[in-house]
Amino acid sequence: MHDMISLTPFDLAMAASLMAVDAAASILLRLQLHRQLVWAAVRMIVQLSAIGFVLRFVFALNNPLATLMIILVMAAVAAREMAARPGRRFKGLAGLTVASGAVLLATTVTAGLALTSAIRPVPWYDPKYAVSLVGIILGSVLNAGSITLDGVVSGVWREKSSIEAQLGLGAAFHSATLPVLREAVRRGLLPIINQMSAAGLITLPGIMTGQILAGVDPLEAIKYQILLMFLLAGASGVVALSVAYLALARLSDPRQRLRLDRLV
Amino acid sequence: MKACLLPTGLHISGLKSALAGPFDLDAPGGEIICISGASGSGKSLFLRMIADLDPNEGSVVLNGRDRAAMPAHHWRASIPYVAAESGWWAATAADHVPPSGLAAAKALAQRLGVAATLFDSPVERLSTGERQRLALVRALVLDSPAVLLDEPTGPLDPASAQQVETVLAQRAAAGAVILMASHDPAQGERMKARRLIMSNRRLVDHA
Repeated sequence: MHDMISLTPFDLAMAASLMAVDAAASILLRLQLHRQLVWAAVRMIVQLSAIGFVLRFVFALNNPLATLMIILVMAAVAAREMAARPGRRFKGLAGLTVASGAVLLATTVTAGLALTSAIRPVPWYDPKYAVSLVGIILGSVLNAGSITLDGVVSGVWREKSSIEAQLGLGAAFHSATLPVLREAVRRGLLPIINQMSAAGLITLPGIMTGQILAGVDPLEAIKYQILLMFLLAGASGVVALSVAYLALARLSDPRQRLRLDRLV
Repeated sequence: MKACLLPTGLHISGLKSALAGPFDLDAPGGEIICISGASGSGKSLFLRMIADLDPNEGSVVLNGRDRAAMPAHHWRASIPYVAAESGWWAATAADHVPPSGLAAAKALAQRLGVAATLFDSPVERLSTGERQRLALVRALVLDSPAVLLDEPTGPLDPASAQQVETVLAQRAAAGAVILMASHDPAQGERMKARRLIMSNRRLVDHA
């Protein structure tokens, strides 16, 4: 890591000048995107600077409680984003509850497995490992979970007459909604499958690139990347299944009715 | 307790929801009940409440079996509900009936004027009237002691409607309770049904 090149503010300003190209294109072609573009860039800078300071602070504390707190905040933001994705949302706090449950389960299972088996930092709560790992996992969890949640909610809405036709003939809710569940989980898992198939050929994954830039031997870097891909695949599967089952449970009741009245 | 006093037939008491009721109705086995009333008066709501497809409270007992004591899907299998607009969940009509019931379904469909060959064509190629009759067939092959039918002859021409009425009358003669909503006031009369009117989400006797 000695040959890590430190970036100066001037280097960042150079790269930011590329934004001017985007903005010029937006103005010339009347894409109406320049304001959004600038706003997104400013958000990105502010958010990343803030998390830089927060991480430095938490790393310095090296305290399990502080580590847990920041992980919970990150998970809560992911759950909120996930609950906000579907075109039709749950009334009240149900969407947030469903998303939180699925995010916590997927993150705990996969990050817990990695921290207690493969990575095993000392101390086990070393925030450098725990926070980074959870951050990467939450990215995949958000992606898989929000696609699946949207698939369940919009699928049930689209198929309401066929689901109710089956219920009316005596089918169990579980079997009447199985096609919707299958399709939603399948769609939720596509991003991680694409990510794994493209890794190394079409894209150099971020973690690996980061480690190589930081001076790590490529063969060491790919081992980390392979481990992470498996963790991400596991997290995607757990979040997709759990968000699908939790959302379907909320869309039904003990009398196995289809409760679309619970959606806005 | 009440179930012991009411051996056969459909017995509804105090059935209500936030939207409709309360309803009370006693139908002995073999009775056809035809409910008419303006659209929006609550006919579909009433049938859906009996099937337990919408939240509701009250007691419904069929042939001595209390709805509250049965898992919801077993209850609905004993008193299937056929909506006015049929829903389909597989490619062909044949996929919508269990393989063991396919022969009976085809025979029944033919009596309703739907050719058995249509069971293998894609559902979206069938006409509205064919789908409506096949949705009815799908429910009737369950051989349940009661059926809830929402506008079963709504999109049908008079000749096909007549065939449906004949089949339903035979089901009733065999002991089933037929509870149907119909906007055609003459239908109840033709079927010698007990006629009720849904008005403002309450049931009243046909005067």
